[in-house]
Amino acid sequence: MKQEIAVKVDDLTVAYNYKPVLWDIDLEIPEGVLMAIVGPNGAGKSTLIKAILGILKPIAGSISIYGKPYEDQRKLVAYVPQKGSVDWDFPTTALDVVMMGTYGSLGWIKRPGQKQKKAALEALEKVGMLPFKNRQISQLSGGQQQRIFLARALVQDASIYFMDEPFQGVDASTEIAIINILKALRKAGKTVIVVHHDLQTVPEYFDWVTFLNVKKIATGPVKDIFNDDNLTKTYGINYKVSIQE
Amino acid sequence: MLGSFAVLRKQSLLGDAISHAALPGIAIAFLITGAKDTNTLLLGALVSGLIGTFWIRGIITKTHLKSDTALGLILSLFFGFGMLLLTFIQKQPNANQAGLDKYLFGQAATLVERDVWMMAIVTGICLIVMLTFWKEFKILLFDADYTKTLGFNTKTIDILITSFIVLAIVLGLQTVGVVLMSAMLLAPAAAARQWTNSLSVMVFLAAIFGAFSGVFGTAISATQNNLSTGPVIVLVASVFVVFSFVFSPSRGLLFKQIRFIKNRRDLELHKTLAFMYHIAESHENISHPHTVRLLNNFQGYTKSTLQKLVDKQYVELNGNMWNLTKKGFETAANLYTKQTTDDE
Repeated sequence: MKQEIAVKVDDLTVAYNYKPVLWDIDLEIPEGVLMAIVGPNGAGKSTLIKAILGILKPIAGSISIYGKPYEDQRKLVAYVPQKGSVDWDFPTTALDVVMMGTYGSLGWIKRPGQKQKKAALEALEKVGMLPFKNRQISQLSGGQQQRIFLARALVQDASIYFMDEPFQGVDASTEIAIINILKALRKAGKTVIVVHHDLQTVPEYFDWVTFLNVKKIATGPVKDIFNDDNLTKTYGINYKVSIQE
Repeated sequence: MLGSFAVLRKQSLLGDAISHAALPGIAIAFLITGAKDTNTLLLGALVSGLIGTFWIRGIITKTHLKSDTALGLILSLFFGFGMLLLTFIQKQPNANQAGLDKYLFGQAATLVERDVWMMAIVTGICLIVMLTFWKEFKILLFDADYTKTLGFNTKTIDILITSFIVLAIVLGLQTVGVVLMSAMLLAPAAAARQWTNSLSVMVFLAAIFGAFSGVFGTAISATQNNLSTGPVIVLVASVFVVFSFVFSPSRGLLFKQIRFIKNRRDLELHKTLAFMYHIAESHENISHPHTVRLLNNFQGYTKSTLQKLVDKQYVELNGNMWNLTKKGFETAANLYTKQTTDDE
C-alpha cells in the first residue's frame, strides 16, 4: 500500500538572527499518521511548525501540502498554537474563540451565521466544553483553555492538524481527553503533527516520530526509530526510555 | 471607540506617541501654505502622525528595542521637532502665526460648524469600516499568528486599524490638543473594559463614555469663564475611569474587596462551627453546654462570629456557656462531610 505524502519539507532553513534555528530540514510526513516532534528546548520544534504554516519566513526551502504550495492548500490545514501565545484576558467567550475557526472559510468581511455557530457548538461538544460555551475565557482553567483551542482547530475541518504542545500544563483528565480526540482524528484518516515534550508517552500516544535538534535527526515509525541511539543523538545524553508496545 | 483596540493591543502609549508626532506636521503644513486653514493643518498632522507610527513599527521589528522604548523615542523626537518649528514660526513676521499653539492643549471653542461636520463624517467612516471588518479586527487582536494561518493578510488588517487610530487622534487634536489626546483615546476604553467581558459591548460603552465626557466637559467649561474645554473633557473622562475601577461589579476594586471580606467571614464562621462540632461530638448529648473559654484557643473565633452563629440559631448562649442546637449540629455535620468530599 502506497501512502500519500501529506506534508513535504525541502531544505528548510530558518534563522531569527545569525544563528540558524533550523538547518536544512528535509521531511516527508505520510498521510494518516499521528506524529510527535520531539527534541530539547530550543531545538526549533515550534519554529518548524510555524515555518510550515507560513507564520515565519524561512531563509531557504520549500513546503508542499499534498504536492501543492501551502498557500493553495490552506483550507486543508488547521493549527493549534501554544496556549501561552495569546492574552486570555481578552474580552470574549469560549464559543466566540471556537467560532474563529470558521473565519478562514468565510473569508473577508462575511460574518459567521447559524451554520458556523452549529459547527462551533459541535466542536465544543467533542472536547467536552459545551457547558462552558458562554464563559469568559479568562475564567477557564489551563486545561479548558487548551480544549477551546483544540475545538477551534476542529471547526476548521482540515485534513492536517498542527499542534504546538497541546499537553503543556494540562491535568491528567484533559490529557486523556485530548489524546482520545487525536486518535479519533487519525482514525478518520487525518494527519496530526504534535510538538511533544513528554518522551515517556511517545510510544503510547503516537505512531510516527521526528527527532529534531536544529537538524533533523531521524523520522519514521515509532517502533522502528524510537530508540536510545536516536534519543542520545537528539538530547546529547544517554536518555533511557523503556519502549512498550 | 477605536481606543478599545489600542488598549487591547497593549499599545496604549501608541496614541500618545501619535498625537505628539502630529505636531511637526501641523507646523510644517503652516510653513508651506502660510495659512491657518484647519483642513490643511490636519492633513499635515495626519501625514506626520502616520510617518511616526510606521517608524515606531519599523524600530520594533528591525531592532531589539522594546516597544515602549521605540514609542518614547519617537514621541520625544517628533514633539521636540514640532516645538522647535513652532518657536521658529512665532519669530516670523507673519500675522497669521498666532493661535497655532492651540493644538498643544486644544481649544474646542475654535471649532466651527465645518469642523464638526468633518468630524461627524470621519467618525461615520470609521464606524462603517469597523463594522465591516469587525471579525478581522477581533481575531487579529486575539491571536495574530493564528489569523495568518487562516489565510488573512494580517499586515493589511493591522495597517487598517493603525491608520484609523491615527485618523481619530488627528481629528481630536483640535479639541483636546496634542498633550491630552491620548487620555481621550484611552480613558473611555479603559473605563469600558471594567464593565464588560464582551468586545462589542466594550467598544459601544467606550463610545458612549467618550461622547458623554465630551458633552459634560464642554458644558462644565461653558459655565465658567476661564476653563478651557480640552482639559475639562479629559478630567470628566478620568472621573469615568476612576468610578469604573472602583465600582464595576465584576472587576471593580470595591466589590472585589467586599467579596473577599465576605468569603473570609463565611469561612471563619464555618470553621468556628466545625470546631464547636468537634467539641460537641465528644459528648453523647450534643446540647451539652461548654464554656466560651474553650473557643478562645481557636484562631478565627471572635465574639461577633459567635453572635452570628447565635443569630442563625446554630448555637445557644447562656452566660459563659454555649451549646450547639440541633440545627447547628446538623449543619455542621453536613458542612464537614461536604468539605471532605470536596477535597477528594
